[in-house]
Amino acid sequence: MIMDVLPYLTAGWIFLVGLYGVVTSSDLIHTVGSLAVTQSSTYVLLLAIGYREGGTAPVYGDTSARTPVVDPVVQAMALTDVVVGATVTALLLALVLQAAKRHGTTDPDQLTGLRG
Amino acid sequence: MSLPAEQLPPLAVAVPLLGAAVVLVAGRWLPRAGSDAFALGWAGLTAGVLGVLWHRAGDGAVRTVVGGWEPGVGITLHADRLGAGLALLAAVLVVAVLAYSWRYFDEPPREHTGAFPALVLLFEGGMVGFALTGDLFNAFVFFELMGVAAYALTGYRIEDPRPLHGALTFGVINSIGGYATLLGIGLIYGRTGELGMARVGVRLAGEQADALLVCAFVLLLTGMLVKAAAVPFHFWLPDAHAVAPTPVCMLLSGVMVELGVYGTYRIQHTVFEPAAIVPASVFRDIFLVLGVLTALLGAVMCWQQRHLKRLLAYSTVAHTGLFLTGVALVSRDALSGTALYIAGHAAVKAALFGLVGVLLDRHGSVDEHRLHGRGRGLRTAGAAFACGGLALAGMPPFAAGLGKAAAEHAAGVHHPWVIAVYVAVSALTGGAVLRAGLRVFYGAGPRPELRPPPDEMTGSHEPPEIKEPVRGIPPTMTGVPVALVAACLVAGLLPYAAPVPGWTPAGVLLGLLSTTLAAASATAALRWPAASSHVIRPPARLHSGRVGDYVAWLTAGMAVLTVVLAVRV
Repeated sequence: MIMDVLPYLTAGWIFLVGLYGVVTSSDLIHTVGSLAVTQSSTYVLLLAIGYREGGTAPVYGDTSARTPVVDPVVQAMALTDVVVGATVTALLLALVLQAAKRHGTTDPDQLTGLRG
Repeated sequence: MSLPAEQLPPLAVAVPLLGAAVVLVAGRWLPRAGSDAFALGWAGLTAGVLGVLWHRAGDGAVRTVVGGWEPGVGITLHADRLGAGLALLAAVLVVAVLAYSWRYFDEPPREHTGAFPALVLLFEGGMVGFALTGDLFNAFVFFELMGVAAYALTGYRIEDPRPLHGALTFGVINSIGGYATLLGIGLIYGRTGELGMARVGVRLAGEQADALLVCAFVLLLTGMLVKAAAVPFHFWLPDAHAVAPTPVCMLLSGVMVELGVYGTYRIQHTVFEPAAIVPASVFRDIFLVLGVLTALLGAVMCWQQRHLKRLLAYSTVAHTGLFLTGVALVSRDALSGTALYIAGHAAVKAALFGLVGVLLDRHGSVDEHRLHGRGRGLRTAGAAFACGGLALAGMPPFAAGLGKAAAEHAAGVHHPWVIAVYVAVSALTGGAVLRAGLRVFYGAGPRPELRPPPDEMTGSHEPPEIKEPVRGIPPTMTGVPVALVAACLVAGLLPYAAPVPGWTPAGVLLGLLSTTLAAASATAALRWPAASSHVIRPPARLHSGRVGDYVAWLTAGMAVLTVVLAVRV
């Protein structure tokens, strides 16, 4: 029973840990890293959903069609998710890099006065 | 065009994406005007395809299963009047924005003349795809596509720290929302084995709302509510809109935020409502509260701003609250009224942002106080700005006013108190815009205080988005806003068939009432400047500019939504 829900609890835990990281962050690089942690919860959840007892990778090249495989749909989703995550992380890190280069800080509190 | 109708939705997504790639590559050789004209051509083509699609969809829907996959896990596109209409709205606005930014920025570096228009086309592809998608997973993909393009566009002027900061806040909050949505999609897929929205709805029929489905609902909607800037998920919006380049603000405020409301509607209406997992009555209660809170907070914050872009951004928060309220009423009449309201608002809000862009271009400031009387020479712009304020206040016969009237009419059936919210919010936001317009373009009222209050953005010393305004104002920079305001006016005069009721005496009276209130509050603010600003400080202090605070609010919002939903279903 506990092993059945463990992956889901783990995914939820990782999501919350990532959020905690963003909330308490005082460095933008750390913020973007925490965001990537948040995202990795989605990989865990997707792969947990697609898991089949005794299943192998869903590639039919060298196995018979009757071999149990894990759900290929979530694998495709996780793959797309990785691409999305890489894009977001790269873009945000590029913005942080510009902030560091041109304005000499990665502390969000020192960057500007967006408020009110 | 003799294409089969079901080929149009994929075409409408593919054209801007292809256009983005081609424009980016062609920008290596083309001069700036060439890149801009080329991009404008692609945007026009997309708008044309969507126009045909909207016409063909009629009252039904055009459904496409891409690549001939069995329905279930493949990519499905679903273009009904609402989805195709929103996609068309986005496409038309993109054409307007590309025309507006014709000579807006400094001369871009050679070999990169296509960067800005290509990003805009990419953004358009994301928005069109999101409006037309029929399956949950692609809703996430397009959500992120429009997100990434929007973050990049927001931080486009990297030489200023503020856009960088705004873009980072925007990116972090929206990505968290997107990941929450993906978690929800995963849970739904795990339960039903389906990804198509309609098929999930069918599969869920007869199931009890258990903890998993409640969590899935909250997670799915978190992303949509972040995009729609509903309280308390809205904090990113003013920060991003205040600093993004003006043409980008036109798109963000005009249509991207509204797509979040549309996503909320689609998910509830197609997935959770048919199966009665979240009954219409529960949805109505929760989202009426959420919509009204958002609208009131947005209106109060809008009234207190002197940074013009921030003022318009909070007015977007307020109006999105009203749109959310319209969706929460769960009636066909309210929905069609809201759709018209969204279209009218998009035109007006884009026009207002465009006119603020003219001020920024001329004076390097978007501070209402510092700009006092400085816009006197810009007669056309001033008149258009005032008209925009009146339209935002719901004055007949602007389309925004007609949409507001239709939504009020539908609200009056069961929830007459909501009408008061519509009137008050329109009056406050319209009044704020009128006040700013009269001050800046007509020099009305005494010269206001220049000293900035301690915790507020004033918007003076904004670096102009071009370095030296040696050229005159490009004609498109005033022409496009004027055309948008005119379009809003004309759209309000068209004859409408049911379910949009057209102008009723009650609608006209309510529109005139909110316009009068707006004019009165603007006049009062000009006469007694001290009494009008900083009425309510606490909400302003919550907008601290720290992304961590905003994420804490987001988490709290998710928790409250979960608890309320768990109690009610």
